[in-house]
Amino acid sequence: MSDTSNPAAPAAIAPPPLAERLAAQLPYWIVPAMVVVGLALIGDLPAWGTLTLAGLAMGMMIFVMASGLTLVFGLMDVLNFGHGAFISVGAFVGASVMLALGGWMTAPSLWLNLAAVVAAILTAMAVTGGLGYAFERVIVRPVYGAHLKQILVTMGGLIVAEELIHLIWGPNEIPLTRPLALRGAWVFGEVAIEKYRVLAVALGAIIFLALRWALVRTKLGLLIRAGVENAEMVEALGYRVRMLFILVFVAGSALAGLGGVMWGLYEELITAQMGLNVLILVFIVVIIGGLGSVEGCFVGALMVGLMANYTGYLAPKLALGSNILLMVIVLMWRPRGLLPVGKG
Amino acid sequence: MIGTLLSGDLPRSKVLSVVMVAILLGLALAPFLFPGTRALNTAATICVFIVLVASYDLLLGYTGIVSFAHTMFYGIGAYGVAIMLDRMPGSWAAIGLGVAAGLAVAVALALVIGLFSLRVQAIFFAMVTLAVASAFMILASQLSGLTGGEDGLTYRVPRVLTPAFKLFQDKLFGVRVDGRIVDYYLVFFAALALFLLMLRIVNSPFGRVLQAIRENPFRAEALGYRTVVYRTVANGLGAGMAALAGVLMALWQKYTGPDTTLSLGIMIDILLMVVIGGMGTLYGAAVGAVIFILAKNYLQGLMGAASEALAGLPLIPHLVHPDRWLLWLGILFILSVYFFPTGIVGRLRK
Repeated sequence: MSDTSNPAAPAAIAPPPLAERLAAQLPYWIVPAMVVVGLALIGDLPAWGTLTLAGLAMGMMIFVMASGLTLVFGLMDVLNFGHGAFISVGAFVGASVMLALGGWMTAPSLWLNLAAVVAAILTAMAVTGGLGYAFERVIVRPVYGAHLKQILVTMGGLIVAEELIHLIWGPNEIPLTRPLALRGAWVFGEVAIEKYRVLAVALGAIIFLALRWALVRTKLGLLIRAGVENAEMVEALGYRVRMLFILVFVAGSALAGLGGVMWGLYEELITAQMGLNVLILVFIVVIIGGLGSVEGCFVGALMVGLMANYTGYLAPKLALGSNILLMVIVLMWRPRGLLPVGKG
Repeated sequence: MIGTLLSGDLPRSKVLSVVMVAILLGLALAPFLFPGTRALNTAATICVFIVLVASYDLLLGYTGIVSFAHTMFYGIGAYGVAIMLDRMPGSWAAIGLGVAAGLAVAVALALVIGLFSLRVQAIFFAMVTLAVASAFMILASQLSGLTGGEDGLTYRVPRVLTPAFKLFQDKLFGVRVDGRIVDYYLVFFAALALFLLMLRIVNSPFGRVLQAIRENPFRAEALGYRTVVYRTVANGLGAGMAALAGVLMALWQKYTGPDTTLSLGIMIDILLMVVIGGMGTLYGAAVGAVIFILAKNYLQGLMGAASEALAGLPLIPHLVHPDRWLLWLGILFILSVYFFPTGIVGRLRK
């Protein structure tokens, strides 16, 4: 510690050893590694291409739904089981809009088709965003800081929302057909590339990049990240973390609604229970990624999507347990998730 | 005497005491007070759910951990007996084997889940259990060779428990005492014993530690109690009790399927019963179970009548439609978490 005697010339901080830097980067390499291992195991290029695209599409959609949940938890320590309700409501609102615009959906024009989908997505996001605001006001606000009550109350909110969906849209599941331009696949040699999956991957990637840009490059994002690390300190610096939180909650709900529309178009069938079913995947993703971490959530979502599709092809019997298995392995390796942030 | 039986945990409220005595007498004399298959079925369901809900309260109310896998353990118990009785129809040995296997699997699974998810953050537990339980439900319906798949298993119980068996030649108080009633009393006394056992557990020093962990895990750890160990053991105990409740249900219904034992709907029912009855007291579990099951079985009829009576009005008939009863219970649930976090029993004890 001879350096301390000479503060004018601080010693250059030695970069950490290579092994340490690699270990810190490790979680980011899991997804490419999974793709390569998948190719080695499947051995059939066309099948691998189809499965990888399907896995990425599924992962992107789950990421869209999970990102809001993980940020809400990170910022305000609120675990929102009602998130599933936003997914269902988004899907139902989107479906209603698309059914109302039936003429645009079946028109042989890509632009009209896309216009119908965009209209559905915007309406769904507006409705679920508004619903999120109401949910935060009425249901979540009185129970800050009490995990047990949060889980119970938001679960209650989910039950009520599911019943209200039954009340408004009737008890039956609604079949939803994709717009004309998004049906079918492009075929290159033996590889079939389903059009809708490409759209899902593109949309998911855009949202991830936009979210990352907003979080890393804007002042608002800086405050949100600081709030995730230490909300009290941000408050002490004079920022109203509550307003930030409402913003994030509304944005997260709107993203859940968007995810709901995408998922509904992917499955081509929507039910009131779909929110809860998808929520289970969302939870697995959020746990794998580390609660509160957007990057972790992204990595986790792609892992879950790829894992589900690869095992579905390689060992269908194992497929349903594969995500649980993935979660167990990750938790044993890194008990707080792949890329944990902030609170311990 | 009563103090010893109840492990010193008396109802501590006149109204509650009357309610508890009424529930006990009502269930004990159900076959004679309310003859008829439907009433007896309701009474047996109440007995089983009192055990199931009380065992959930052990986790939620006493230890302060939220699990969504309780129906999984309930289902494991039920399927243990069901599978054994399916292989060896009508034998007592099958029941014994089924109970042992179901208990062992349930407790082992609970300990494993507890060890890897309670270790880090208790909040993980709610999510992990939800994921595991949903995977288990799909697994149960896929292993159709073992579990009968979606259709479930229908099996034969020992002859003493079937309606063909007559305990007495003559009628007793105007009721023919057949195997169905023997079966009911088996369920009733087993449920009573399990309830008293759980009362014993929560009032033991072990139970006090659980409550300390619920109130302040950090402080409990500082006092030298390994919170992870206590939480995991509580989880195992709750799972074992839930599995035994499943066994009773399997013996009563003579049918076990994924919808009646494993579904998330039942999990939500249990959650509603605990919260409405009162968290953190086993009497609350009993009161909640009785109210909820009576409501489920009889309120829907009432709502149907109301819906028809109001048929001309807009929207309202849909709101009181029998299928929408969960809507009202959900709202009641949210309100009770806010305004009566101690539930009905907490109110009565004030």
